[in-house]
Amino acid sequence: MRPIAFLFVFASGALYALHQDYWFWRRVEPLAFGFLPSALWYHGLYCLAAALLMWTLTRTAWPHHLEHDDPRGEDRRR
Amino acid sequence: MIPALLVFAYLGVVLYIGIFAFRHARPSDHEAEDYFLAGRALGPLVFLLSLFGTNMTAFTILGSAGHAFANGVVTFGLMASSSAFVIPLTLFFVGTRVWALGRRYGFMTSVQMFRDRWECAHIGTVIFAVQAALLVPYIIIGVMGGGTALRAISGGFIPFWLGGAVVALVVMSYVFFGGMRGTAWVNTFQTILFLSFGATALVVIGRGLGGFPAAIQSLRDTADLAPLLTRERFSPLTFFSYTFIPLSTIAFPHITIFCLTARRMAQFRRTVIFYPLCILAIWLPCVFLGVAANAMQDAPRIAQKLEARRVLAAAPASLPVDERAALRRLASGDDVVPIMLERYAPLWLAGILGAGIMAAVMASDSQILALSTMFTEDVFAFYGGKTRFGEHVQVQTGRAFVVVLTLIAYAVAMQAPQGIFDLAVQYAFSGYAALSVLFFAALFWKRSTKWGALAVALWTAFAVVYTATTPGALAWFGLMPVVPMTLIAAVLMIIVSLATPPPSAETLRRY
Repeated sequence: MRPIAFLFVFASGALYALHQDYWFWRRVEPLAFGFLPSALWYHGLYCLAAALLMWTLTRTAWPHHLEHDDPRGEDRRR
Repeated sequence: MIPALLVFAYLGVVLYIGIFAFRHARPSDHEAEDYFLAGRALGPLVFLLSLFGTNMTAFTILGSAGHAFANGVVTFGLMASSSAFVIPLTLFFVGTRVWALGRRYGFMTSVQMFRDRWECAHIGTVIFAVQAALLVPYIIIGVMGGGTALRAISGGFIPFWLGGAVVALVVMSYVFFGGMRGTAWVNTFQTILFLSFGATALVVIGRGLGGFPAAIQSLRDTADLAPLLTRERFSPLTFFSYTFIPLSTIAFPHITIFCLTARRMAQFRRTVIFYPLCILAIWLPCVFLGVAANAMQDAPRIAQKLEARRVLAAAPASLPVDERAALRRLASGDDVVPIMLERYAPLWLAGILGAGIMAAVMASDSQILALSTMFTEDVFAFYGGKTRFGEHVQVQTGRAFVVVLTLIAYAVAMQAPQGIFDLAVQYAFSGYAALSVLFFAALFWKRSTKWGALAVALWTAFAVVYTATTPGALAWFGLMPVVPMTLIAAVLMIIVSLATPPPSAETLRRY
């Protein structure tokens, strides 16, 4: 496995694991902005982290070989 | 009445967009591709917004707030943040490949891809049947949602049957005339409405409640409401199980078909990056408002719901089933956002926000079109209809299918109780999650075979019926049925594929 692929598998696995935030399970605090319970702001940040991971994936692991396939070439059959 | 008039104006705009798209469709040599896939030519913004809008249903605004009203902050992590991670990831790995194969070989449905990939014919028809059967309840729920929402927004002035008929007619018209192009434009417009809805509703209701810190503090001070701000009443294993549900998205026929509409693959880039942000923008306000609604104990309708919830919690096990069901209906929070808007928003704003709710309710458009595409491509064209009658007749058949399907959905929606279809939709999610195994196997495992695919399709059909009819079925070790359903589907694919001959080397070379 290439190092970059390994890195993305690890990052995706870590983000998946971070979804199970047991440490905030029974806690309301710390509140964000004085009203947002920890379970909400944590998972809000989780969405931002997911967007960041997707941005990195599209920058470094984009499947260019699919993009450069002949779009309407001879293989097209139906 | 003003909100209802604004909602009717919104329906008029939606109808215009659909028919406008129809009038601007250029004559093409690929009439079917043009009608069912918008000529594979959707631009980046329309692709992102309409793909997102296609996957947002009535549940997003009404159901998420209702779930949060009853269960608390857990709703966001349960349904939104897991989707924000898993859905873009599947679009990145599966969606792009489906797009590329569709472009190269002309596929218009996933079943066409499976038939080619696994060199099969009737097994593809079995997969079509399972996919279609799981999609029908969503369409019926869409019609019911239209009737319920219009009745609620008009304050009961428009009856359920008329509201359902109006929404069904509008959806049918723009799908009929505009096909995928009309549906995509309408979905784009609707997504912009959703996105504006969350922030506006949050500001208006926040002011009405006297600020959110006060509302949250009042919940913390009430012993039976304070747990809504944590997840202490929720099992971590159930929370974990929910991360399997978003796998269903890529297997939904309307999402797979939508992946084929992008003009260039580069359009997936922005979509996968912005998808989590769109989820955050819509779900966080809705979930928070659902939780905050518990603080409105001075509002009679909210107080009534809270009282019903308390009675239900203290009720003995011997409480008759119909009484328990009546209490559940009374305690249901699906209408808390409209109640909050009615109380705190000016009439004109409540009307515009009501249109946002209607936009969410009308998500059945792409599902109707997807079933029509599947029927005409996977059945009509596959069994010789296209060769015999030509592409023009195929498109007209697709349009006729849209009309017939809408009429049947309306007739069923008016007769049957909603609970049955709510339940069916709930189990269909698990079914589609299990069917996602077909996509991963077809695209990433060359050794997979048609017999493995058949085993997955039959297992999915059996498991959905079994779990829907047998309480507690497949809920092993405290997990939800979706986990064993998906894992068993994967194991079946591996074992049956290894035991049966693979497709020809020529086919494998193309994948």
